[in-house]
Amino acid sequence: MIQTEGLKFAYPGSPEVLRGIDLEINDGEFVAIMGENGAGKTTLVKTFNGLLMPSSGRVKVDGTDTHDSSVAKLSRDVGLVFQNPDHQLFSETVREELAFSLRNFGYEEDTIDRRVASILETLDLTRYAQSSPFVLSGGERKRVALAAVLVWNPKHIILDEPTIGQDYQQKDRLRNFIVQLSAQGKTVIIISHDVEFVAECKPRIILLSRGLVIGDRPAEDILTDEALLDRASLTRPQIGALMHQLRNYGLPERTIDVYSAEQAILNALGRKE
Amino acid sequence: MSLKVFDGFKFAKLPTPIHNMDPRAKFIMTMGIFAAALMFQNIYALIIIFLIQLPIVYASRSWRKWAGSMRAGLLLAVLIFVMNFVFGSTFVFSAAMTLRFVTLMSTFSLFFMTTSPDDLGLALEQTHVPYTLSFTFTTSVRLVPTMALDAQTVIDAQRSRGLELDRGNFMKRIRNYIPILIPLIVSAIRRSIELAEALESRGFGASPNRQPLIVLRMKATDYLVVTLTILMVTLAVYVYFYVPLPILDIPIKMPKIFPWF
Amino acid sequence: MSIVQANHLSFTYTGASKPSIEDISIGIAPGEFVVLTGPSGCGKTTICRCLNGLIPNFYSGDFAGELIVDGMSVKQHTTAELAPHVGMVFQNPENQLFSLSVERDVAFGPENLGLRREETRKRVDWALDVTGISPLKDKPPYELSGGQQQRAAIAAVLAMQPKVMILDEPTSFLDPKSALEILEVISDLNKKLGITIILVEHRLDIVSKHANRVVVMDNGRIVLDGTPKDVYGEHARLIGIGLPRVTTLFNLLQRDGIRFAETPTTVDEAVDVVRKMLIR
Repeated sequence: MIQTEGLKFAYPGSPEVLRGIDLEINDGEFVAIMGENGAGKTTLVKTFNGLLMPSSGRVKVDGTDTHDSSVAKLSRDVGLVFQNPDHQLFSETVREELAFSLRNFGYEEDTIDRRVASILETLDLTRYAQSSPFVLSGGERKRVALAAVLVWNPKHIILDEPTIGQDYQQKDRLRNFIVQLSAQGKTVIIISHDVEFVAECKPRIILLSRGLVIGDRPAEDILTDEALLDRASLTRPQIGALMHQLRNYGLPERTIDVYSAEQAILNALGRKE
Repeated sequence: MSLKVFDGFKFAKLPTPIHNMDPRAKFIMTMGIFAAALMFQNIYALIIIFLIQLPIVYASRSWRKWAGSMRAGLLLAVLIFVMNFVFGSTFVFSAAMTLRFVTLMSTFSLFFMTTSPDDLGLALEQTHVPYTLSFTFTTSVRLVPTMALDAQTVIDAQRSRGLELDRGNFMKRIRNYIPILIPLIVSAIRRSIELAEALESRGFGASPNRQPLIVLRMKATDYLVVTLTILMVTLAVYVYFYVPLPILDIPIKMPKIFPWF
Repeated sequence: MSIVQANHLSFTYTGASKPSIEDISIGIAPGEFVVLTGPSGCGKTTICRCLNGLIPNFYSGDFAGELIVDGMSVKQHTTAELAPHVGMVFQNPENQLFSLSVERDVAFGPENLGLRREETRKRVDWALDVTGISPLKDKPPYELSGGQQQRAAIAAVLAMQPKVMILDEPTSFLDPKSALEILEVISDLNKKLGITIILVEHRLDIVSKHANRVVVMDNGRIVLDGTPKDVYGEHARLIGIGLPRVTTLFNLLQRDGIRFAETPTTVDEAVDVVRKMLIR
């Protein structure tokens, strides 16, 4: 479980970015942290693995206060995948890139071989094992960056804006993959402003605005609340907007994904027939 | 590795007379202090030259950053002192050389802190430095804080993969910086390429005759600063040749334990 | 008379094993609003680079066929010569704006063209006004929000008064609200100033209402070209582009046997269709 109590954070000499956050994310939950640019989303998740220490208040990961631990120790359980893969790729081959973290954590070489092979397989990267990460395309580099974190099998996984620059198929694959991770019992936290992507995933949404939590409810509640969305510079997902405009025709307003909408419309028509 | 060393050279826009000074006048003033500092070896003179900066720092409201830049150069300053002292110079002389170094560094730091890279570029252009050169220079200066941010992100990303930068023997620590340097360099290259594409697309180099929208004009205060600087340098030259300065002698010397003296 | 005309255009980057774009032939009339889309790697970015001369001037490789933009052959002119005719706005606003004030960044293009100071002043003020950021002109770009930065990037290109503007995924880094706003700005450039727009986008849900033409690429070739309604069908879905959710919804309903007049591509159209279905 990841908890924050009265979490406040400010960079030295700057105004507070996080102005008092109380959160509880249980093991195995799927959560999306959303909010306008500058709301504090990335800052918040950096407190989960110790990169940033609270200015006041506490962050506890699985019962351990982050003050009493280190980034290296916390990272074993909290894997953070950064937005831009170019900020971490540096090895001669993809294989070496994936082995990097395992070596840092002190795994034996044969365990490393096994784990690397396994994650290459899972993310469909085996054919690139011996390639330089720098010659891969943008989408492939993002997958390598993801693999580089998953390889040590952290309990909690945080993805910072995983959908930027991805095309539809890549996002689809990502969504399926997140579902798999969730099914494996991992806590998955994504930071995203991609309303359509989140609407199809339907996670619990924690909505941040200017350093404070302004909403913490299931996706169907947050993504249909006009006032909240406006404060966080978000818009209704298309399906949500459609259903909202049709609410007087007996269609359920809290529908935000395509398949539920399909069912709802079929039902409405079925009733008419 | 603290990235705060860059803070001392990073421009921040403040409405002070120093910030608003024409960069050419400011540069002449900086060079004046630079020349004076290089001229003297006498500790009293160097102290005075160092102190001349203080009213300027006060007027520019940049105390903390200025102090920070000196702290960043502390290591080098100590090194200079030690090297001088160990190789036989007097205590006072070593201190003087150290002070000279600190003066040079802090005066240039002050210059960059109060001059926007854009204005620098304009100054270079208007003194007929070829446009490509002045542009390269100012873009590099402007990219320093951006690169510093990139560096911080890279460090964060690699620490999140278990990299510990404060552990291990000397060799290990150096090797630990490879996962920081490579992404940083790659990032820098990618950024430069993107910037170059944007510049090309906006006609960079289309015409040899550029008429910048904004032009630097020297005001009366700027001419005053230049005049004062010339006077100060003249005074310094006069003092150097004609005025015998008191000598400070503290009888501390390196004990003769090394074979080179 | 097309403002952009490509005839059997192909390009292979130096060292690549196959062409990035192959046998591209397309004509775009002045004033069109074209959305260019396709899966990653389909060649959209390569086409953009050809359109403003970055290919072959900045990127080397095998250039075959012909591309004429505003009467100029791309092969025979430098990017700088093409800049006053065709402008390009890139994905990441951070790496396009490099001055310490928005005004100076916007002035950069006209200054490069060697225009007189008075002319540059006029153009800068006009571009800032059109994009709605005049109050921000003295601010450094890094103090602006993502949406404001993209407006500044557009203003910077606009100041060169090109007839064609290419925008390569300009909403990528923007939050949804800013994305919608920037599309309104782009739409105004098209409707009010008559600038031909070529917009590369994945997010078809938000651009469909502005575009009168969608071109879909796959594997370096153009595979679909028509109005949004023409293009958003089964073929597009198989290629893997991100159709607007309402379109997907109605494609599903169609497979379920529901009949309706036209597949909607925007929310408003969808609302209409559903109302009609329920009233029946």
